[in-house]
Amino acid sequence: MVFAEILKFEFVQRALVTGLLIGFSCSLLGVFLVLRRLSLIGDGLAHVTFGSVAAVILLGFSPLYVTLAALPLVVLSSLAILHLTRSRRIHGDAAIGIVSSVGIALGVIMASVSGGYNADLLSYLFGNILTATQAELFLSLFIFCAVILFVVFFYPGLFALTFDEELAKSIGVKTNLINIILMALTAAAVVSAMKIAGIMLVSALLILPPVTALQLSFNFKKTLVASALFAVFSVAGGMLFSFFLNMPSGATIVIFNALFLFVVLFAKKVIQVRR
Amino acid sequence: MSVNIITTENLTFCYNSTRVLDDISLGLEKGDYLGIVGPNGSGKSTLIKNILGILPLQTGKVFLFGQSLHEFSRWDKIGYLPQKLSSLNTHFPGSVNEILEMGLRRKNAREKQQVLEMMGIGHLAARLIGELSYGEQQRALLARSLISRPELLIFDEPTTALDPETRDSFYALTEKLNREHGTAVVLVTHDVGIIGKFARRMLYLDKKIIFTGTFEDFCASSEMTGFFGSGSQHIICHQHDTAKRNG
Repeated sequence: MVFAEILKFEFVQRALVTGLLIGFSCSLLGVFLVLRRLSLIGDGLAHVTFGSVAAVILLGFSPLYVTLAALPLVVLSSLAILHLTRSRRIHGDAAIGIVSSVGIALGVIMASVSGGYNADLLSYLFGNILTATQAELFLSLFIFCAVILFVVFFYPGLFALTFDEELAKSIGVKTNLINIILMALTAAAVVSAMKIAGIMLVSALLILPPVTALQLSFNFKKTLVASALFAVFSVAGGMLFSFFLNMPSGATIVIFNALFLFVVLFAKKVIQVRR
Repeated sequence: MSVNIITTENLTFCYNSTRVLDDISLGLEKGDYLGIVGPNGSGKSTLIKNILGILPLQTGKVFLFGQSLHEFSRWDKIGYLPQKLSSLNTHFPGSVNEILEMGLRRKNAREKQQVLEMMGIGHLAARLIGELSYGEQQRALLARSLISRPELLIFDEPTTALDPETRDSFYALTEKLNREHGTAVVLVTHDVGIIGKFARRMLYLDKKIIFTGTFEDFCASSEMTGFFGSGSQHIICHQHDTAKRNG
């Protein structure tokens, strides 16, 4: 059996587990971000990640620890976006745009200073899950556990905050605390996800599974479960197809995610027409 | 000595450089029914948001049930209905039942169904909130504000999307809760007639407190005649007198 043979390789096992953990984490966080119209935060943070990766490569960090080294910078940037969105003079989308463009500008400058776009930097732009290191696997596992704990312990507050922030405040939800944790975890998930999908496509992991799940008109808990399932099947399916067809894994995972969305939209249309 | 349910001391609030609230000091006791009126932009909603901690305090103090706003934690004692939701996404996947449970310490299925029936949406409990009409959403939110049997109800323009029948039953309910259970009510509305009919005290706000007192004081105030015109003032006072006689 070809599948079984492929899965015997340690680097494939590590890549698959890392991918599933990251896909799961992004899909849960994505539900809260999409519903609060913060979908593009993934894109913004991915651009910041580009700048952060360029900085840590320039500083001479080993490729094994680039992800870990970039993490604090991206988390700080996510908190900067949160702070800017709190300003009454700057809308959320503009805040994301500002941090995102500053991040990519710094990345371009640092890549230029370090002598151009070397292979390491390009591998982060387009992602390669097969090169996931042990450190990245552990980081993904840590983020996965943190996301699960966050959603379980803060579920009532997250639900209320996602429904309406002002109403949530009026029932005593600690909205600032939840916002800070949500942003920090999103930043961590984005940094770890750049290994799967690459900086260019990372936001798809935050947006596509939740948007697909939301089409099913489930209640909140079921939507979270559906989003996670779409992500897990997309990552597993995308990675296996990319092995067989020798295609880039990140792009194939994103195409799988998009296929699920189109199938669900098509099925909804057919059901509506039949009614 | 009874503790005030709401106390504000010298509350001042500015949006950027525009002063929206100017030195507001007021108190609300158990069993009070306070109607807040004022023109658009007079700071009515901002006052409510300051009292509930939705907007951060800039100058002044707020006490809820005798505790400072920062220390207060019994939010289930307060039922609040905002003027409009700031961010309702029509794709929000929360059912009416889930919305009702927000902030609830204990979940009782029978109580939930009762309050939904009272608002005429008992059949919508399992439906997603985003799929409902605006009026039905408003009724679901009204039900949410009542479900925890709060000691203080704060309504900011609560009936704008309701049909006349539901609106009347809503006000009758708030009056019953106020009269029979001593629930304190703060009602912000443009409908001065409604205030005249139900509220015991009235506060006229225009960034600062222009008038506060009973309806008898209001009706006797020549200053208020200047604000409302003698015709409107007469109608408001007449509605209040009629409601008192019928009550």
